[in-house]
Amino acid sequence: MKPLPTLQIDNLSVNFAGSDGPLAAVREVSLAVAGAECVGVVGESGSGKTQLFMAAMGLLARNAAVTGSVRFEGNELLGAAAPLLNRFRGSRLSMIFQDPMTSLTPHMRIGAQLAEVLLHHQQMTRREAWDLARTMLERVRIPDPLRRLQQYPHQLSGGMRQRVMIAMSLLCNPALVIADEPTTALDVTVQAQILDLLRTVRADFGMALILISHDLTVVGSIADRILVMYAGRIVEASPAEELWRAPQHPYSAELLKCVPTLSGPLLSRLATLRGQAPLPHEVGAGCAFAPRCAGATEKCRRERPALSGSAVRQVACHFPLSA
Amino acid sequence: MRGFWHDAASRLRRNPAAVAALLIMLIVMLLAVIGPWLNPNSTDALDWAHVAASPGLASAHWLGTDRLGRDLFVRTLAGTRVSLAIGLVATLVSLVVGISYGAVAGYVGGRTDHLMMRMIEILSGLPLIFFVIFLTVIFGRGSALLFFTIGAIGWLTMARIVRGQTLSIRQREFIEAAIASGAGTARIIVKHVIPNLMGPVIVYATLTVPQIILFESFLSFLGLGIQEPRASLGTLIAAGAGEMEAAPWILLVPGGVLAALLLCLNIFGDGLRDAFDVKER
Repeated sequence: MKPLPTLQIDNLSVNFAGSDGPLAAVREVSLAVAGAECVGVVGESGSGKTQLFMAAMGLLARNAAVTGSVRFEGNELLGAAAPLLNRFRGSRLSMIFQDPMTSLTPHMRIGAQLAEVLLHHQQMTRREAWDLARTMLERVRIPDPLRRLQQYPHQLSGGMRQRVMIAMSLLCNPALVIADEPTTALDVTVQAQILDLLRTVRADFGMALILISHDLTVVGSIADRILVMYAGRIVEASPAEELWRAPQHPYSAELLKCVPTLSGPLLSRLATLRGQAPLPHEVGAGCAFAPRCAGATEKCRRERPALSGSAVRQVACHFPLSA
Repeated sequence: MRGFWHDAASRLRRNPAAVAALLIMLIVMLLAVIGPWLNPNSTDALDWAHVAASPGLASAHWLGTDRLGRDLFVRTLAGTRVSLAIGLVATLVSLVVGISYGAVAGYVGGRTDHLMMRMIEILSGLPLIFFVIFLTVIFGRGSALLFFTIGAIGWLTMARIVRGQTLSIRQREFIEAAIASGAGTARIIVKHVIPNLMGPVIVYATLTVPQIILFESFLSFLGLGIQEPRASLGTLIAAGAGEMEAAPWILLVPGGVLAALLLCLNIFGDGLRDAFDVKER
């Protein structure tokens, strides 16, 4: 028997109540994340990648309606009461946010914020919590942790704060960490350090990691498996190397072409993707990518391709590339 | 270690008007507390030898006496003490009630918020003076009633301000991060929402104190507040207004103290607002 996946999402849809009818942000997405696996989720703005996991964490806006199922270590999270959710959130299941500048409470010292998580989730004295907080800051390679614990968030740089956020997410030995664009708000050099850190802590702590990004290179550098999302659906799911080598969905292929390389001619124009991602109400009956796809046929516009393929690799396209 | 409070305090220190206002206020408060021991006269002793005496150092009545020969210096300080006490206590009540009410309404939102805000609107729609007279008729006059009525209205605006702040703080990402860390609603309100809205709240509270002092004086002036022989700035001014032509100092002494106090509180409140009201770092 296969071991229970850490996170299992089945048929999840998220609809927002709009002024003219519901807007679908996520459409019938199913996925599973095994223990110690690193899954990258890539997509443009509005592809539903963030909303998908916000729904799993119970962090959606009030006007959102969710259907489907999210099981974390065998427990159903959708529709679960807050006390049950709060047993997992922050301890077994934690999240790293996009903007470290605004994700820390401005009036609390770093140490107090880290300790609060521990005091809340584990039976621990204040002294022990601060000690563990200091150890954790060392593990995310923050120099002089004792001084940092006493400081306020605004006294730390962006990269430093993201390290604090990572430390916070790791405090209670989580089974799964969801990192939502953890490097987007940071400088490129700091990005590389943070990605490197994520890679290291994942090896150290052995937890599963979901890395959400619009940047294929960010995801590609860590993830074992990549999910490509478009207009609220997964259009391709593939092991990372195979996606890099031979993308099957035209959208994945276009995304890969947009990645700048060091080997090309120096002054050539960067490749861009034609057109715009559709707004939720513009998605019709056919393939959502058809209007932008060079190889689209009448069938693509009429009939939506289902996600299908082998156990390790699936694509939602009537005419997959290199198949 | 430079935290938020530290920054605000250093900005406040660079504002000479606010510092001067604070100093004057502190001196008035100090006098109000220790004043009665500085002068041999007591608040309700009648000195028939000096009725409506003018101010001067010749007699023991430095600021003169009223028409019953009571010492104005002592009575004004006692009145200031009563007025300040009412101002501070009522502000404290409005802080406690207003913050908890506003933070819950703003954070919980939805139908709860609607219900709570409509209640505030109903309460603030009541004609206040009518309300006070009504209560006075039912329960009789007394300072407990005065505290109650002033407290009952003081928190309404505070709750509105707190709710508005809470609505904007609720959108911030650190709240989302706190939810994602498994913190419950009560914990988030107490540890992450309320501390972050203290800036505007403190400023507003500073500006509430003079409003309440003024309101108390107004009620007492009308005879609805503090009763003789006890004094508040309002009753003293009311008494002085009757003697305005013959003995203007009976009006000018408590009136001057009230005006100075209100001015200082307002200047200080403005200074505080400038000190806190910086763009987000």
